[in-house]
Amino acid sequence: MGTVAVHGLRKSFGKVQALDGVTLDVPDGSFFVVLGPSGAGKTTTLRAIAGLEKLDAGSVHLDGRDATGDPPAARDLAMVFQNYALYPRHTAYENIASPLRARRCSSSEIAAAVEQMSRLLHIERLLQRRPAQLSGGEMQRVALARALVRRPRAFLMDEPLTNLDLKLRVEMRTELTRIHRSLGATFVYVTNDQVEALSMADQVAVLKEGKVQQVGTPTEVYERPANQWVAGFVGSPPISLLACHAEGDRLVGAEGWTLPRPRWTTAEDGRALLLGLRAEDLSVEQRGNASLPGELYGLEPLGDRTVVDVRVGTEILKVKARPTITGTPGERLLVTVDLDRAHLFDAGTGLSLSEAGR
Amino acid sequence: MAVSVDEAVSAGPVRDHTPPARRRGGRGRSVLEVALLAVLAVVMLFPVLWMIQTSIKENRDVYAIPAKFFDFQVTMDHFKDVFVASGGGRSALSVSFLNSVVVAGASTVLATVLGVPAAWAYSRFAVKAKKDQLFFILSTRFMPPVVVVIPIFLMYRQVGLIDTKLGLILIYAAYNLPFTIWMMKGFVDEVPAEYEDAAMLDGYTRLQAFRRFTLPLLVPGIAATAVFALIFSWNEFVFAIFLTSSDDVRTAPPAIAGLIGGTTVDWGLVAAASVVFALPVLVFAYLVRKHLVAGVTLGAVRR
Repeated sequence: MGTVAVHGLRKSFGKVQALDGVTLDVPDGSFFVVLGPSGAGKTTTLRAIAGLEKLDAGSVHLDGRDATGDPPAARDLAMVFQNYALYPRHTAYENIASPLRARRCSSSEIAAAVEQMSRLLHIERLLQRRPAQLSGGEMQRVALARALVRRPRAFLMDEPLTNLDLKLRVEMRTELTRIHRSLGATFVYVTNDQVEALSMADQVAVLKEGKVQQVGTPTEVYERPANQWVAGFVGSPPISLLACHAEGDRLVGAEGWTLPRPRWTTAEDGRALLLGLRAEDLSVEQRGNASLPGELYGLEPLGDRTVVDVRVGTEILKVKARPTITGTPGERLLVTVDLDRAHLFDAGTGLSLSEAGR
Repeated sequence: MAVSVDEAVSAGPVRDHTPPARRRGGRGRSVLEVALLAVLAVVMLFPVLWMIQTSIKENRDVYAIPAKFFDFQVTMDHFKDVFVASGGGRSALSVSFLNSVVVAGASTVLATVLGVPAAWAYSRFAVKAKKDQLFFILSTRFMPPVVVVIPIFLMYRQVGLIDTKLGLILIYAAYNLPFTIWMMKGFVDEVPAEYEDAAMLDGYTRLQAFRRFTLPLLVPGIAATAVFALIFSWNEFVFAIFLTSSDDVRTAPPAIAGLIGGTTVDWGLVAAASVVFALPVLVFAYLVRKHLVAGVTLGAVRR
């Protein structure tokens, strides 16, 4: 068993409301990612689950039991810190052994467990070193080993890959997914990197300013963002948002353009809307029945693709294109829109209006 | 009080300056630098040299005019007089040295034992009006001892602490506590709180986490802080002279001062007593000198 549930978490630091009613339900054995920009309250949420943060309000349930007031040691959780927090005066071996020592395991048990962990994470040769003698990636592995050496209820990970270089980060992403699958344990993983969230998670909770914006699978969060903010935060390049309103069977843009009104939208005429278009649902290379006139603003070659910035009135559309595309700024072009995959948001509340009709 | 702290603080650099001047002289320092440092060293150390010389001079050389710098009779009699009474047995001065050791040691231990956990608490926990509390704690040191010694004298008389070593220990500990808390808070702030967080998740209680993982990292800071507290307690004069009177309670500073002022002053004895008085602090500061500057964390946290 290893379910983690938090309900109505509230916490303020001085005038800053870090958590403003966070409610999450982490199923047993899932890889649950809490995604948000810095300052969203992700780490505070994790620390609240761990029992490191005193809450203003709300409850933490572990395996269905109220653990709100329990000290961290009683919660049977393991955590990987963003800064690793390896004990500087202890060797890697002693760092990994620490959770077992705290539980008074025999030294033969400890030796066996540490050995097993060091093999799993390929750090056998580092065990006698101190943290100062380890590289960032090695420290990260030792920190991971210290967490994994036990079989706790759940593993809490606070941006464990943030301090690694890109290559190592990609490697560790795969490795973490592998470890998660082989252990079948519950992971609560905090990150500000949407790629990590989309690639590793079973479930993603998107957090902003201490409030949960959306919870769902990576696909749901990407394909059906609950609001304009989630749509903008998840996805790279970011989604393009155009101000418009519905008028009969047409969408009329604030910049003067018109598009056929998507069948699925129920928004009444005249209501201020935002049309959300992802780069891959736009094209400057193909023709379709729905298109926007604009002019080339800039090209951003990314190797496997090029992002074309197209200016429509005063707004910039990000369009995905073949890497071989060329063009000169100022050139007129038509952007073809896949309206079936477009998103509509209420311009006032930011809430998605796409769901009802689909 | 402020004077004593300044003395304690400035005493360190003075001691530390001179040996490097000599050591570094060999490593290609400019002649001017060496000359300036030498002059500075002579000026700073002259009273000390004078004291040491006087302590080992025969009495007739002590009073010789013009003063004899090099050609005098060396004697250890003054040092013998510091420890052995004229009729044999222990001298009053040696008792006062012992008292100083007890009072300075005990008050430093007390201030450290109380101050380190307090500093840790102020560093780690959200305490209401933390800044105000810390300022209040520090403000108790703004007052020089002379100002508070009369009320303390009256209070001590009421509770029977007058002319006791315990009384001195308590007042020195009280005076050292704010300093210990402030200085230690700086050292605790330097140790990342994550070590304790990690330890608590490993399964330790908060206090175990502090003791096993933070405290060892604080040892250099504690040593440095304790030295300063010790120097204050060792040197303290005003409280000692007001609050104690009998020979078996009196600490060294008032006892040495008491040697001056009779019809004749035995300067040799005064100088020898002063040398003995200065030695422990010098030695202690020398022993922990590397801790006085040592960094606290060993760098396992990336910032």
